[in-house]
Amino acid sequence: MDAHEREQARQVVLDPLVDNNPITLQILGICSALAVTTTLAASLLMCLALTTVVTFSNASISMIRNHVPSSIRIIVQMTIIASLVIVVDQLLKAFAYDVAKTLSVFVGLIITNCIVLGRAEAFAMKNPPMISMLDGLGNGLGYSLVLIAVGATRELFGSGTLLGYTVLPSVNDGGWYYTNGLMLLPPSAFFIIGLMIWGIRSWRTVQMEKPDFEIRQAHHSEVV
Amino acid sequence: MEAYLSLFVKSIFIENLALSFFLGMCTFLAVSKKIGTAIGLGAAVILVQAITVPANNLIFQHLLSDGALAWAGMPDVDLSFLGLICYIGVIAAMVQILEMVLDKYFPALYNALGVFLPLITVNCAILGGSLFMVERDLALGESVVYGVGSGAGWALAITALAGVREKLKYSDVPDGLQGLGITFITVGLMSLGFMAFSGIQL
Repeated sequence: MDAHEREQARQVVLDPLVDNNPITLQILGICSALAVTTTLAASLLMCLALTTVVTFSNASISMIRNHVPSSIRIIVQMTIIASLVIVVDQLLKAFAYDVAKTLSVFVGLIITNCIVLGRAEAFAMKNPPMISMLDGLGNGLGYSLVLIAVGATRELFGSGTLLGYTVLPSVNDGGWYYTNGLMLLPPSAFFIIGLMIWGIRSWRTVQMEKPDFEIRQAHHSEVV
Repeated sequence: MEAYLSLFVKSIFIENLALSFFLGMCTFLAVSKKIGTAIGLGAAVILVQAITVPANNLIFQHLLSDGALAWAGMPDVDLSFLGLICYIGVIAAMVQILEMVLDKYFPALYNALGVFLPLITVNCAILGGSLFMVERDLALGESVVYGVGSGAGWALAITALAGVREKLKYSDVPDGLQGLGITFITVGLMSLGFMAFSGIQL
């Protein structure tokens, strides 16, 4: 690997973390980011499952990219992704049954997670296996970053614990923290990610979207 | 009959696929800028959901579930681990067939649905519907009702969001919140509204 390739590899892995994050900028893979984040443990497991699938699907799709006719490429990609998800699903059921149960249908839904198919289409079909694998890893990590942040916020403020350990002793157990039940309900996930997007875009202003309509500023000398 | 009706209402309002299970969020956020396209996509989802959920139900009950292959002389075979790949195959095939049928016999509807039809293959609301059907062990009749109901709930949610977003373009949103950010907050508030249904006992 020469210096140029190393630089490219570094960029492919680090870019999706903030600058080109799959969730906050590309609007991919949002369903699971909202649904499984009530506890940190479930979020971590989901991150692990998705990162594994997207890394290996990118690698294997990239390996066969020159042999697949473009008219049937979607179904080929779907078959590869579905097979990988089945493997991950069975592994989770075997080794982490309790947490896997709380993820319910969302492990299966990795098949239709747009990050996986989106990266396969956009990157793996055009690039060699090694770099595609790194791209999958980078996007998986970008997704994990958001999921872990949301999961930690919801569990901490919703039940006062992190990974099941008490951090803020709640009133029910004789402590001082009044748990915020809203954090455990679906709407809070939308608010947290919305505010997170606001934060990231205020920091990295290039990511801001232009409004559809400019509101015209009236000048004080104008007669209304 | 009453059970079917309550399942129908439940799948539309209380267990709304988009607002309480967050399924099909990517398309939900991306294709909700105009009411017209939102209604088109909603109709397509209802149609596909009404076909694929019962179809997957038949496949699950007669081919995949534990002991389902008894009619073929193999009562000990449990193929349920093949579920995911079968369901997504059925969905992809159904969407493809539906596209061809509509193109041939109902060109007006085909043109109205346009690019959304193929996109539905990767809409998690569709696969999610089938997976929930398996998880809750619905019978064939129930699965038809659940398919139509959950599709209708999703269509209702995306149409409502498109309505809100059409009005939203006249409001003065902070710079960083523009576009995706404010849409998330809007959906959050809508989801909060739908939470009100959760106390209803049917």
